[in-house]
Amino acid sequence: MADAAAPHPSGHAAAHPPGFAHQFEDMGQQHEAGSLGMWVFLVTEIMFFGGLFATYTIYRALYLPSFEIGSRLLNVKFGAVNTVILIGSSLTMALAIHAAQTGKRQATVVYLILTMILGAAFLFLKFNFEWTADYHEHVVPGFGFFVRPEWGAAGPHVPMFFCFYFFMTGLHALHMIIGFSILGVLTWMAHRGRFTPEYYAPLEISGLYWHFVDIVWIFLFPLLYLIGGRYALRGGG
Amino acid sequence: MSTVVADLHHEAPSEASRVHYLNASYGIKSWLLTTDHKRIALLYLASITLMFFVGGTAAVLMRIHLIQPQGSLFEPGTFNKLFSAHGIVMVFFFLVPSIPATLGNFLVPMMVGARDLAFPRINLLSWYLYITGAAFALYAILSGGVDTGWTFYTPYSSTYANTHVIAAALGIFISGFSSILTGLNFIVTIHKMRAPGLTWFRMPLFLWSMYATSIIFILGTPVIAITLFLLGLEHILHVGIFDPRIGGDPLLFQHLFWFYSHPAVYIMILPGMGVVSELIPAFSRKRIFGYGFVAFSSMAIAVISFLVWGHHMFVTGQSIYAGLIFSVLSFLVAIPSAIKVFNWTATLYKGSISYQAPMLYALGFIGLFTMGGLTGLFLASLATDVHLNGTYFIVAHFHYIMVGGAVMAYLGGLHFWWPKITGRMYPDGWARFAALVIFVGFNLTFFPQFMLGYLGMPRRYAVYPEEFQVLNVMSSAGASILGIGYLIPLIYLFWSMRYGPVAGPNPWPAKGLEWETPSPPPTENFEHTPIVTEEAYDYANMHIPPSESQVSGETHG
Repeated sequence: MADAAAPHPSGHAAAHPPGFAHQFEDMGQQHEAGSLGMWVFLVTEIMFFGGLFATYTIYRALYLPSFEIGSRLLNVKFGAVNTVILIGSSLTMALAIHAAQTGKRQATVVYLILTMILGAAFLFLKFNFEWTADYHEHVVPGFGFFVRPEWGAAGPHVPMFFCFYFFMTGLHALHMIIGFSILGVLTWMAHRGRFTPEYYAPLEISGLYWHFVDIVWIFLFPLLYLIGGRYALRGGG
Repeated sequence: MSTVVADLHHEAPSEASRVHYLNASYGIKSWLLTTDHKRIALLYLASITLMFFVGGTAAVLMRIHLIQPQGSLFEPGTFNKLFSAHGIVMVFFFLVPSIPATLGNFLVPMMVGARDLAFPRINLLSWYLYITGAAFALYAILSGGVDTGWTFYTPYSSTYANTHVIAAALGIFISGFSSILTGLNFIVTIHKMRAPGLTWFRMPLFLWSMYATSIIFILGTPVIAITLFLLGLEHILHVGIFDPRIGGDPLLFQHLFWFYSHPAVYIMILPGMGVVSELIPAFSRKRIFGYGFVAFSSMAIAVISFLVWGHHMFVTGQSIYAGLIFSVLSFLVAIPSAIKVFNWTATLYKGSISYQAPMLYALGFIGLFTMGGLTGLFLASLATDVHLNGTYFIVAHFHYIMVGGAVMAYLGGLHFWWPKITGRMYPDGWARFAALVIFVGFNLTFFPQFMLGYLGMPRRYAVYPEEFQVLNVMSSAGASILGIGYLIPLIYLFWSMRYGPVAGPNPWPAKGLEWETPSPPPTENFEHTPIVTEEAYDYANMHIPPSESQVSGETHG
């Protein structure tokens, strides 16, 4: 990285604020470029998940009864609790950015740690309780999936629902783990006092990513957990 | 004080002692850990050249095999692996990164007047992702190969796969992220880092084409990534969403695959169009005809390219009405391409044309791309496609676009900007000769394949009926000429790096910010941030200093 540390030619700012990268003209340009970069990246993420959502939609239209059976087998309580946890983590993330903007270093660190705890709680519920229970109920495709006779004609396509369930929530969990690691680095940076009211771009940009991962879950939860119609049936009599 | 010193240094630049990006630091670490876009461009250049010759070797072996109707070298299974290796390497590891990752990486910051791309470390990361992906692909090829073709159709690649599909798919998956990061970097750089005065409609058309390419990178590549991800899961778990046993549809894989891979065709050709839009004005000494139309046709191609994937699936049993729509949309995409060809031709009209090597490649591009484009319309027509689908006609068609178009433009651009990249000139006589050899070799290789395909010879077969032998021998003879044509530049370009005459800052001379800085450029590209006050390609008002009208400088060595 010798060239990154090389002295700048005369003609552009001699004294750099902390966190300033040499290729930019000023801090404002750097901040705008960083945000736009993350938005563009989120567009690619939308296309990435979009492929899955599109195929989900196609097969759900083809095999709706099977998808309803599959959805009813999911534990909606875990899904609902996890939804609340994730929305809470979005709040603490936003509070961490606000604390950094107003120069409250201690509060930034606390809110970031809270966000990490909530993220970890989500993953713990998902892997340790939900997926383990699924495994014992033989609804994991490729790992002893058992087509129950009471599903009738819709039975053969139920594994399709569970393929989507595991691929989509698995991919989402992978994004959570990446976000969790980023939060770890940010917490360390905040602890070392790297962020100032002028320079908090890494926090804001990572916040965009974290909110995006939350929003994916906001779509996943109803599409996977709530399509079985169990509440509508109960309410209707 | 420091300003005075810098200005004095600027007054008397001694060519031998001048610090530029190539000699700013030495050692393997200064290259492998560089964040300089120009050095990363050279890392890419070296890697894709290697991959080009790997893919080329597979092609040469196939052409030797096909000299005899019964095949002269390989078992049919090995032949399958050869054309798969050729396709995978050439498409994903040469053509897709070729112009964007080398010339684009080098030129985008210089053309916008910036010191570097917006995210230099992400740029370096993209090269490492590319190298990792290429390593997986090479492993897959060398450890036994892949026999699915470059398209990885299910269930060849899932239920019935018996080759190294996973390693190859993983390689493409990883290198896909390298494309995404390159596209992201270009979009942010073009949006946020243009020099003062460089408005959108003063940008060189190469930047417009890079912008359009980047849009396809960021919208299309994630879809192939998720598709290969699903394919990999299905391969590992033996159950998945393309699996007919649980109601899955293998054709869905083709839809998802072509949703990326048809736009990917434009990832390969749009940068070439951008290069040609630079070369034609420079060697006609004229402003490009219809700047706005050429710029917007790039964007139109990027948008329409996402709506035509179904023309790869006319004979798969998709709905005839879907086929109709896809056919109409495929005809539509010919319009912006034709606009470009007409505008380049109109630029030539009454221009002061000189036939230096880059211009020969550009002219070759226009002719071959037109051939490839027009034969594409045969395939976009529902009825003729039924006859031509799966034949050598298709092979010839897309090689006219990919090799006759994209590779010609890549070589033209490489020759055009070579003095800027290395600071040296190559021997122009050899370069013109090589351009001619490539043009002749290319046509002799692929024109007979149009005829073979029309007569009904299917692609991807290791054997063929005897009456096709004459045309096949012609094609193989052309391939040997083409191969030599590609080796000649490899030799003299290497030679010129050390022994070529020193090129001035602007040897052609051409317009554009990249020509207003020394060759090779300093690490920070420009002494001062440039200010743009004129339209692009203002050749009519270009003042040519007498010292720059010819290649100046002494020969070293």
